Amino acid sequence: MATNVDLDTEIVSIQNLSFSRGDKKIFNDISLSIPRGKITAIMGPSGTGKTTLLKLIGGQLYPDKGSIKVDKKNVHQLKRSELYTLRKRMGMLFQSGALLTDLNVFENVALPLKEHTALSDSMIRSLVITKLQAVGLRGARNLKPNELSGGMARRIALARAIALDPMMVMYDEPFTGQDPISLGVLVKLIKDLNSALGLTSVIVSHDIDETLRIADYIYVLSGGKIVGHGSPEQIKNSDSKWVQQFMNGHADGPVHFHYPANDYHEDLFETQQ
Amino acid sequence: MMHFFQRLGNTTLASFAKLGRSSFFLTHVLSAIPATIIHPRLLINQLYSVGVLSFLIITISGLFVGMVLGLQGFYILSDFGAEETLGIMVAASLVRELGPVVAALLFAGRAGSALTAEIGLMKATEQLSGMEMMAIDPIKRIMAPRFLAGFISMPLLTALFSSIGVMGGHIVGVGILGVDDGSYWSQMQAGLDFQDDIINGVIKSIVFGFAISWISLFEGYDAIPTSEGVSRATTRTVVNSAFTILGLDFILTALMFGDI
Ligand SMILES: Nc1ncnc2c1ncn2[C@@H]1O[C@H](COP(=O)(O)OP(=O)(O)OP(=O)(O)O)[C@@H](O)[C@H]1O
Ligand SMILES: [Mg+2]
Repeated sequence: MATNVDLDTEIVSIQNLSFSRGDKKIFNDISLSIPRGKITAIMGPSGTGKTTLLKLIGGQLYPDKGSIKVDKKNVHQLKRSELYTLRKRMGMLFQSGALLTDLNVFENVALPLKEHTALSDSMIRSLVITKLQAVGLRGARNLKPNELSGGMARRIALARAIALDPMMVMYDEPFTGQDPISLGVLVKLIKDLNSALGLTSVIVSHDIDETLRIADYIYVLSGGKIVGHGSPEQIKNSDSKWVQQFMNGHADGPVHFHYPANDYHEDLFETQQ
Repeated sequence: MMHFFQRLGNTTLASFAKLGRSSFFLTHVLSAIPATIIHPRLLINQLYSVGVLSFLIITISGLFVGMVLGLQGFYILSDFGAEETLGIMVAASLVRELGPVVAALLFAGRAGSALTAEIGLMKATEQLSGMEMMAIDPIKRIMAPRFLAGFISMPLLTALFSSIGVMGGHIVGVGILGVDDGSYWSQMQAGLDFQDDIINGVIKSIVFGFAISWISLFEGYDAIPTSEGVSRATTRTVVNSAFTILGLDFILTALMFGDI
């Protein structure tokens, strides 16, 4: 696939990737590249495999075919220890937050620092406080994960994902469940991290307006293929039917709103027999 | 008929695959044990929740098992006028068999099921994946301390169970039924062999502790990450642990005491 990203600046390079779950082909020979120091968005209908793509990049799932390189290293050929070294430089915000329930908010954010750095306790403390302040939850540091709302948990998870100041952060739906104020703060935070620290961001999101606002480059996935890619301007003005349908939220078009199924009327009729 | 063989074949293949996964898991856990010993903070937490929190159930059950042994033993022995040997009868039953086996069954129900549920839920809520993505090995941080805690707690809990049981036998035999206090203890002292009885009992409890920790951690780790999957895994832990304990007990007893 042709991308207008030059090779030196790409941080993630995916070549001819295929991946299936059981009989279902999630990705069918896709190639894409994520530029270093930029914000790249991955969009697409629910269930197309955006989360799956992030897990493949993080080396948690193995592709059936093709290769994924992060920082010029083939993720799936690394030894366990090498993979872990690489992961220290990749933050990931899980869709569900994935906070450890036996630790409180402070300890959750401090965990990667404690495990991977030799910093003193007071250094760790001030780093954690800074990160919590950035997501607006410094006051919640003593709460347990079960005392947080979904949106709060995701913001804590974000603080944890950036705790080690990684080279790249993958955000899985960071804007879901955020009120307009937190949303604005998060958008600004992601943008600031990107411009101040040169952090590469990969954002999976359905939030078209927010995504168009902050992304430098956008890939639209659907049905196991990349159906469109380009700058926000190019995507907005794309003449691809797939992209237009997704951007405008039409139920009819090449993308099906429904999970593959047999005929609706037949299905209804069958229950009455 | 074909269908039956197909199912049988599939089940067999699936169980071998699971055995393979669990052996791989075990080697990984064992390789992480030295690191756990060097940084014992997590181990101490787990010794508390796996070991100390099982104290109550072990103590109470030990007491009642010992009291029942005292009662039953007295009725049988007194028929032969041999109630003076009640002490050795109670102690030998406990130390050789009932202590390790009953304590292990209770431990599987109390601590093993809790471990499986905890790990399974961690998997279902992506906490294990989250750790992996933070380059923190869940096997090292979560599994190894729990494994070691189970392994260490089991012999200690068994010793507690047997000692309390001996007290229970004493309460009933000496306190209520009037067996001579001196002979209760001296018969026990004379009859129990350190090598044959005590050491063998300890070996049993160590083997059971190993098996229960392995089963319960692996079932949690291998659980289907849904509420139903976790609940099934918890059941499997209790059932499989019980079978394993009883089967191993037979094998170990045959090796230790029998001339098979
Ligand atoms: N553990 C699994 N086992 C089998 N199939 C799975 C599993 N996880 C996901 N899938 C399937 O993979 C497909 C992609 O899932 P994924 O979670 O990547 O979607 P997504 O694009 O992130 O969707 P959403 O926007 O709703 O989060 C889905 O169709 C789902 O049915
Ligand atoms: Mg998703």
